[in-house]
Amino acid sequence: MSRLQVNLPGLNLKNPIMPASGCFGFGREYSQFYDLSKLGAVMMKAATGSERFGNPTPRVAETASGMLNAIGLQNPGVEKIIENEVPFLAQYDMSVIANVAGSTVEEYEYVARTFNHTNNVHALELNISCPNVKEGGIQFGTDPSMAAKVTEIVKKASNLPVYVKLSPNVTDIVTMAKAVESAGADGLSMINTLTGMQIHLPTKRPLIANKTGGLSGAAIKPIAIRMIYEVKQHVQIPIIGMGGISNAEDVLEFLLAGASAVAVGTANFSNPLICSEIIDELSITLERYGFGSVEHAIGKAVMNE
Amino acid sequence: MIRKESMKIVSTKEIAKETVEMVLKNSYISENAIPGQFLHILLDGHTLRRPISIADVDKENEMVTILFKKLGFGTEKLSESKVGDVLNVLGPSGNGFEISLEGIHTVLLIGGGIGVPPMYYLGKSLAKQNMNVISVLGFQSKEHVFYEERFQQFSKTYVVTNDGSYGDKGFVTNVIPKVGEFDRFYSCGPLPMLKAITNELFEKEGFISLEERMGCGVGACFACVVPTNTEKGYKKICSDGPVFDAREVIL
Ligand SMILES: Cc1cc2nc3c(=O)[nH]c(=O)nc-3n(C[C@H](O)[C@H](O)[C@H](O)COP(=O)(O)OP(=O)(O)OC[C@H]3O[C@@H](n4cnc5c(N)ncnc54)[C@H](O)[C@@H]3O)c2cc1C
Ligand SMILES: Cc1cc2nc3c(=O)[nH]c(=O)nc-3n(C[C@H](O)[C@H](O)[C@H](O)COP(=O)(O)O)c2cc1C
Repeated sequence: MSRLQVNLPGLNLKNPIMPASGCFGFGREYSQFYDLSKLGAVMMKAATGSERFGNPTPRVAETASGMLNAIGLQNPGVEKIIENEVPFLAQYDMSVIANVAGSTVEEYEYVARTFNHTNNVHALELNISCPNVKEGGIQFGTDPSMAAKVTEIVKKASNLPVYVKLSPNVTDIVTMAKAVESAGADGLSMINTLTGMQIHLPTKRPLIANKTGGLSGAAIKPIAIRMIYEVKQHVQIPIIGMGGISNAEDVLEFLLAGASAVAVGTANFSNPLICSEIIDELSITLERYGFGSVEHAIGKAVMNE
Repeated sequence: MIRKESMKIVSTKEIAKETVEMVLKNSYISENAIPGQFLHILLDGHTLRRPISIADVDKENEMVTILFKKLGFGTEKLSESKVGDVLNVLGPSGNGFEISLEGIHTVLLIGGGIGVPPMYYLGKSLAKQNMNVISVLGFQSKEHVFYEERFQQFSKTYVVTNDGSYGDKGFVTNVIPKVGEFDRFYSCGPLPMLKAITNELFEKEGFISLEERMGCGVGACFACVVPTNTEKGYKKICSDGPVFDAREVIL
């Protein structure tokens, strides 16, 4: 087995690196920069039951070491994604993870069930944590019983392993993680963005049209690491970690904190080749810190306690 | 196709108030850029790249000119870069003004402030294709005016300043009625200006270049969308645009 290989429910990853949902579209744009077969997997942009236009603009703002976004889950809807986007990704030798979103339990169920109609999606990432959708997305992600309920329903509707994407906008992340684990989640994905705001001085108003946006990028990495480290001590299911990763050292930090694989989001915007470059560096970085493989590093910081 | 490229600064100079002209060397981008496309420039310590229009290209010498206004942290930092420094750039980005000129004889270019730069390379290219070019350039005041003589080399040029300190007083829309007949217009500038122009020139065929805050700049993140009256209902400014048919976008 190659030293970068990781096996997770539904996902045999040749390396633990994947672009994060919403930061890579459906891969087409980035396929002009490198061969996507190099990736372990790709996490597609959120899918909802029908097409969504999303929020008014401006939808993004730059912050110190990061950015805010309030895209509002713009996507063509699950059917169009299966018809037009999944076949494109299926050409590449990598796993495909679909990000499932919705405003109601029924919508989540519908989207999850619809993904059963394709063989080219290997796992679901259940997005109960998008902070930019007003109808209810946020409640699912911050209320343990709601999170458990939607997890259970999606598990029943789908043939695929389900990774529940946790929101960091909670006081107790461990309770959330345990709730979705008990509800049948096959894995966790963490973290989504932290709700923030920027005031535009010339207009003296919030810069983002949605007013609040989700903070991502290097600024949130310590929060992600802390949350993964805490959760790892209390759950058995694997964690896909994300939040501010921009180099191979960051990846190792996530592995040590307890992530089994990682996703790279915002860093794709600064450097469209970032995932490819991290994959090239990862072996040497592991070696430098005395690890023979990715598997050996997972959770080491937790076990060292 | 967009590529990540290194562009070496060959010259940099302040040509008007808070306005910098920078010449960059790169063979791939100079060879492939068309008018209306932009560079997406990464500055040290910043997460998001800055979109700046390609204002001129010299293919023979592999040079690309940009003109930008110092407006915030990024453009301020860019202005402090020195000759010999190397910029990290994605480009050429977006869809430019590559449109058939069949049946077109006279074109009107309307640039407002920092929307003037893309009009320069466009106008120069159109004049080379024997188009009769008229330019209307709007600036805040006299000290902001740039490139007037350059536009005069290929077009009849009108300058207007908001405060009347140079040229006509007012807005570009005050001048348009007196430029005479034209078959098509091209415009780039602040949103209120584009709104006024597209309303006023609704009868005419026109193409406008839009600005919006961008995330990825390659069409993946859906940050910079604009509503359209096309079937899809929206377009992405960074990759479908920044140039659009004036009648398809809802401003
Ligand atoms: C397609 C396109 C072409 C452009 N061409 C030019 C040009 O040729 N010359 C020029 O001077 N300016 C141009 N602009 C505007 C230029 O991108 C902004 O002035 C610049 O990004 C401001 O960056 P800053 O760091 O100085 O400002 P800040 O306000 O500190 O920037 C903060 C963030 O907001 C973004 N931002 C702020 N204002 C704008 C804006 N008007 N449009 C898009 N993003 C913005 C920045 O990119 C950055 O991510 C263009 C914009 C677009 C979309
Ligand atoms: C522009 C943008 C769009 C995003 N869209 C989604 C989305 O559709 N679904 C989702 O689960 N997460 C979405 N996210 C969150 C990311 O997948 C990721 O969890 C977060 O940005 C933290 O990682 P990063 O710091 O590497 O970006 C988005 C993030 C950004 C910046």
